[in-house]
Amino acid sequence: MARILAVSGNEAVAEALRQTNPDVCAAYPITPATELMQRFAAFVSNGQVDTELILVESEHSAMSACIGAAAGGGRVATATSSQGLALMWEMLYIAAGLRLPIIMSVVNRSLSAPLNIHCDHSDAMGARDSGWIQFWSENGQEAYDNTLQAFKIAEHMDIRLPAMVCMDGFIISHSIERVEYLEDSEVKNFVGEYKPFNPLLDIDNPKSFGPLILPDLFHEYKRAQHEVTTKVTDIVLDVANEFEKISGRKYGLFETYRLDDAEIALVILNSAAGTSKDVVDEFRNRGTKAGLLKPRLFRPFPYEEVADALKHLKAICVMDRADSSGGYGPLFLEVSSALYQVKKRPQMINKIYGLGGRDYLPQHAEQVLSELVEIVKTDKVRIVKEYIGVRE
Amino acid sequence: MAVALRLKELSRKEDLFTHGHRMCSGCGAPIAVKMVLFASEYPIIACSSTGCLEVSSCISLYTAWKIPWIHSAFENAAATISGVESMYRALKKKGKINKEIKFVTFCGDGGTYDIGLQSLSGAMERGHDMLYICYDNGAYMNTGIQRSSATPLGAETTTCPSGTVIPGKVQEKKNLTRIMAAHDIPYAAQASISNWLDLMKKVRKAHSIKGPKFMNILSPCNRGWRSRTDDAIMLSRLAVDTCYWPLYEVENGVTRITFKPKEKKPIVDFLKPQGRFKHLFSPENEWLIKKFQEYIDREWERLQKEASLT
Amino acid sequence: MKPKGWRELPPGAVILEAGNAVEFKTGSWKAFKPVWIEENCIQCLFCWMYCPDMAIKVKDGKRAEYDYDYCKGCGICALECPGKKGQKAIVMVEESR
Repeated sequence: MARILAVSGNEAVAEALRQTNPDVCAAYPITPATELMQRFAAFVSNGQVDTELILVESEHSAMSACIGAAAGGGRVATATSSQGLALMWEMLYIAAGLRLPIIMSVVNRSLSAPLNIHCDHSDAMGARDSGWIQFWSENGQEAYDNTLQAFKIAEHMDIRLPAMVCMDGFIISHSIERVEYLEDSEVKNFVGEYKPFNPLLDIDNPKSFGPLILPDLFHEYKRAQHEVTTKVTDIVLDVANEFEKISGRKYGLFETYRLDDAEIALVILNSAAGTSKDVVDEFRNRGTKAGLLKPRLFRPFPYEEVADALKHLKAICVMDRADSSGGYGPLFLEVSSALYQVKKRPQMINKIYGLGGRDYLPQHAEQVLSELVEIVKTDKVRIVKEYIGVRE
Repeated sequence: MAVALRLKELSRKEDLFTHGHRMCSGCGAPIAVKMVLFASEYPIIACSSTGCLEVSSCISLYTAWKIPWIHSAFENAAATISGVESMYRALKKKGKINKEIKFVTFCGDGGTYDIGLQSLSGAMERGHDMLYICYDNGAYMNTGIQRSSATPLGAETTTCPSGTVIPGKVQEKKNLTRIMAAHDIPYAAQASISNWLDLMKKVRKAHSIKGPKFMNILSPCNRGWRSRTDDAIMLSRLAVDTCYWPLYEVENGVTRITFKPKEKKPIVDFLKPQGRFKHLFSPENEWLIKKFQEYIDREWERLQKEASLT
Repeated sequence: MKPKGWRELPPGAVILEAGNAVEFKTGSWKAFKPVWIEENCIQCLFCWMYCPDMAIKVKDGKRAEYDYDYCKGCGICALECPGKKGQKAIVMVEESR
């Protein structure tokens, strides 16, 4: 029997961690992820989980301890944001390179400077090359669901890669929404027992982790790591099917909203997608064929599937809540790369919105969709990349 | 039944750190590692920070470690082993592991005194049941002999070469053993490969104590010290006899000097065989030798006073 | 050995054959070679303990021959050897090619 509660995103993910009962968590506080681990720490102190919680002295040490623990051979999780994620940057690559399943909740927050504690996607976008699987969540429900599925995917014997589950800082982490929890037994059955693979703690079979590799082999190791990423999308879909059976909620590689017969569309991540869907409805009511695509699996990026979903459109705006300073927005780069392979492809523009917690309002979606209508009419793109919602 | 600390008995033990490693001819680090492993009577899981030992012992498809071993990065050996040790406790609690395993790190002064100090301090403070061993060769040797805070006063390194304006390192060597003892951990000690029995006794003592332990082992590097390939043991002995590297332990706040040189030799005896101190023997740099000797004398006095308090 | 293709590599570069460094013979590194003079040996085993490359074989508690496959010729054993009556049991000679 599902439990329906009014909880914040942080609470929901903390509950997911309680139900999956990791063996070790290493955590360091950072706004707005702090509350997540605080709630989890309460579970630890009250014996509601069997987790060994290591209260490390920095995020770099948090990921290092997670790596040691995962190599040891058990279920590992942590949470961070922004500067914390940035501080553990080198360790992210190491976790992926060592093929260690570690689940991390990333509560999206901007990167300094200037210092800002509010939501944008720069932190996780900065980690997109690290080799981690990346899930993005629109709301507390998705954050909870994605976290549960992430354990199963990351720990899959054909994958064994670390995975991060993103949700918007403050907007989702701290807002209270309706979330449906699965029963403890359902989660336990779904996620299953952790199965070790080459555990360090198996002292009867001693092994060495982390050799120095020279130019004669490094290229091959990365090729092998790449091969694993090609298997992820199928497993993400399989796990989503299994999850649907126990939850009734359907997940894919992305969510499409009124996209099938759309002529214009927004491609947008996380909570702002929710706002945009309402505006898409408004445009539909006025007779404009608007639609939306909200990516869920960002790494590995499902290029073919995304291109397939978007190729029929006339004009697309990719909305980025992070800027790659000096380049186009990260989501725009992925989507345009996907569509490049399509001979007759939509016009594309890139808008940077909502940085440092700047509100994304329906009027912004309206402004962008109207611009797309104009592009379709005139067949002219005024500007490829532009900041919206900014005071001139 | 523990193997007696006698060379004959120890020689029957298996080499848990094998030959075929790529450390330089005459390197002190593998000697330290082998002594620690021979002294240990428990299964050990080790972690090394990036450095000479790490890259030379585990490279390409080869590993010289017959025990489980992990390397993750440079500044985080203590944090990494904290993770393994925590997973051990988690799985032991669940009944998935029932063996007693000891957790040891083998890290150079590079990954310990400087960039690794934070994670070391954190791990010690949290009280993980682990033994952190630093093999101190006094510089970032693996990248080609650069100055670390463990580099002794006046020594020449590639980043503090002796020139006409600056005569090598102008700061004193950081006293890390004292810093670790100040963490109030149950056991902190200094050892030398020239006094193998003292070193092994300390390792055994450390293993018998639950909680965070630290051991600093002087590890001569003939490349960085510009000495001969055959003098690693001789220089270690001189380091001890000149009181540059006193052999002591701090157990639960009580300091004990474990070896008193029969005759305290002047520091120049330790400096002369090393090319990295050659420039100190020109007249304009003599003040550095004087400063060095004064520092040694002061520290030795202080250590003896501390030891006499108990 | 034949260079491995990417499919043959262990996941995450983990090395499962503990201690396989023995397959890499470092003996070719030496410029000088230690020679054991048995009649001067007091069987103290210092050379065995001090050798950085575990290149001295000890059989049944007694020092035996060198393992020249791994000896790098550092000379620590020769320097530290106490010898018998002033005569060293280990001398370094130039490695012949």
